[in-house]
Amino acid sequence: MIEIKELRKSYRSKRRNGTTTVDAVNGVDLSVAEGEIFGFLGPNGAGKTTTLRMLATLLAPDSGQARIAGVDLLADPAGVRRHIGYVAQGGGTWDEVTAREELVLQGRMHGLAKAEAQQRAAEALAAFQLDEYGDRWCKTYSGGQRRRLDIALGVVHRPKVLFLDEPTAGLDPQSRAHMWEEVRRLRAEGMTVFLTTHYLDEADSLCDRIAIIDHGRIVAEGTPDQLKQQISGNVVVVGLGGPTAQAETLLKDKPYVLKLETEGEDALRLYVDAGETAIPQVMRELTDGGVALSTIALHRPSLDDVFLTKTGRSLRES
Amino acid sequence: MKLLRDTWLLFQRQILLMWRTPMWLFFAIAQPVTYLFLFTPFLQKALVPMGAASMKDVYNIYVPGLLVVMCFYTGLFAGFGLLAEVRMGILERARVTPVSRSALLLGRAARDVASMLVQCALITVMSFPFGLTVPLPNLLFAYVLLTVIGLMATAISYDIALTIKNEGALGSLLNTIGQPIALLAGVLLPLAIAPVWIQKLALLNPFSWATNSVRALFWGSLSDPVVWQGTAVVTVLAVITVILSTRLYSRNVS
Repeated sequence: MIEIKELRKSYRSKRRNGTTTVDAVNGVDLSVAEGEIFGFLGPNGAGKTTTLRMLATLLAPDSGQARIAGVDLLADPAGVRRHIGYVAQGGGTWDEVTAREELVLQGRMHGLAKAEAQQRAAEALAAFQLDEYGDRWCKTYSGGQRRRLDIALGVVHRPKVLFLDEPTAGLDPQSRAHMWEEVRRLRAEGMTVFLTTHYLDEADSLCDRIAIIDHGRIVAEGTPDQLKQQISGNVVVVGLGGPTAQAETLLKDKPYVLKLETEGEDALRLYVDAGETAIPQVMRELTDGGVALSTIALHRPSLDDVFLTKTGRSLRES
Repeated sequence: MKLLRDTWLLFQRQILLMWRTPMWLFFAIAQPVTYLFLFTPFLQKALVPMGAASMKDVYNIYVPGLLVVMCFYTGLFAGFGLLAEVRMGILERARVTPVSRSALLLGRAARDVASMLVQCALITVMSFPFGLTVPLPNLLFAYVLLTVIGLMATAISYDIALTIKNEGALGSLLNTIGQPIALLAGVLLPLAIAPVWIQKLALLNPFSWATNSVRALFWGSLSDPVVWQGTAVVTVLAVITVILSTRLYSRNVS
């Protein structure tokens, strides 16, 4: 549904000592299948929004190729617009008009006749549970209602592909959960959803597949589970309450231990194939060897561990 | 066809917004009304050289200038609304749809011109009790001319706004250029009583041609050559500035 090759965009910025060029998006390759929720994960300034804006025809790429719903983005942006919806990070409506009026206008801007646009607006209000607020002015909306309206505006013309820029940024946990349900519902209706996020949990639980972007480049791509598996399998942390040397000798040559590190003065961090089966083996080994262990915990790598492995820093810090 | 449909669509939305926030009208006409009541009476003696024999003549000379300056300033500050919509993300939302790019600009411009005509109508009506008399055909022609003048000022404002793209800087710039243009257009007092060097300088100012035309129409002389000359000047310039702003706009937003 979306095929991107070597997409690039750089900005010239004027500094005191001449102009410098910033490579915002530096050769991105991606492919997104039909009916997929695809997440673009990365810190602020990584190039997520720039990529999204290029795909949504708002920004012309410097070079590269992209096809969206079978239409060439560079050759025929107007053709792409017929198949896509785009929801920016915020704003986009006038304060003193109602959600229904905005939805009708949006449908009409997409070329629908008045009666059809009104019909679609009513359907969209119902689908996004905005019926009871549909005839209130947009400026009275709460954050969550606002966001639902934004997405309703993006899909009122039933696009094949929906681009969402940080759909849950700034929302409270309940509204976020609600928003995730809406996105899953759109997928169930057959829509392909391409979203950006800097929330690890959003990438992890909402997205079918993700790409991690940093400094304008894709550093990893796959399902969240694949990515986590890629780096290390599972991680077991063993607390010993004392020196670690003896436990280290006992465990380091065991076949199920891929890698072993000391963590602090009194704990070991074991990278294993499958944590669930490794735990009883580790416990038996240590008990048989006469080493007392105080705690043992399974630590599955998170997407942040993936990010850390690929970029050398944590997404939480950046 | 699509351009007309889309322009009409966006114009309707803009009119709805004006209808729902009517306070703009109060602020827009507060100043012209003040001038109408508190400045015009000063002019009876000043306008004797212009052939003003009574207050009725004074209003016939002063009101057309007031209408031109209202259109000029309302148009000149129209760029703010445009930049505000850019800031609000309205344009970004519209740009991902196949809606005509020129219609996005023209729908807004039509709103700004419509708001001017409402203000002009109110001021004209308020002037009748003071003795303003103008033949209906002349009045209608004057309004056509005011529409073109307003459209030109609006397009100039859009051009500047789209070039500097900064609401703060836009205000100072518009005030700086607006004042001399308005004074040199003879909107307060007719240029006929100005020193010769100012009259010559004013020939370069399209708005002075416009003012002279509207004033001639209000004075009752539809056949005065200044009417067609002024109409020609503002029409040509309005077409150029509107085309320029739709092009600037398309380049900025496509």
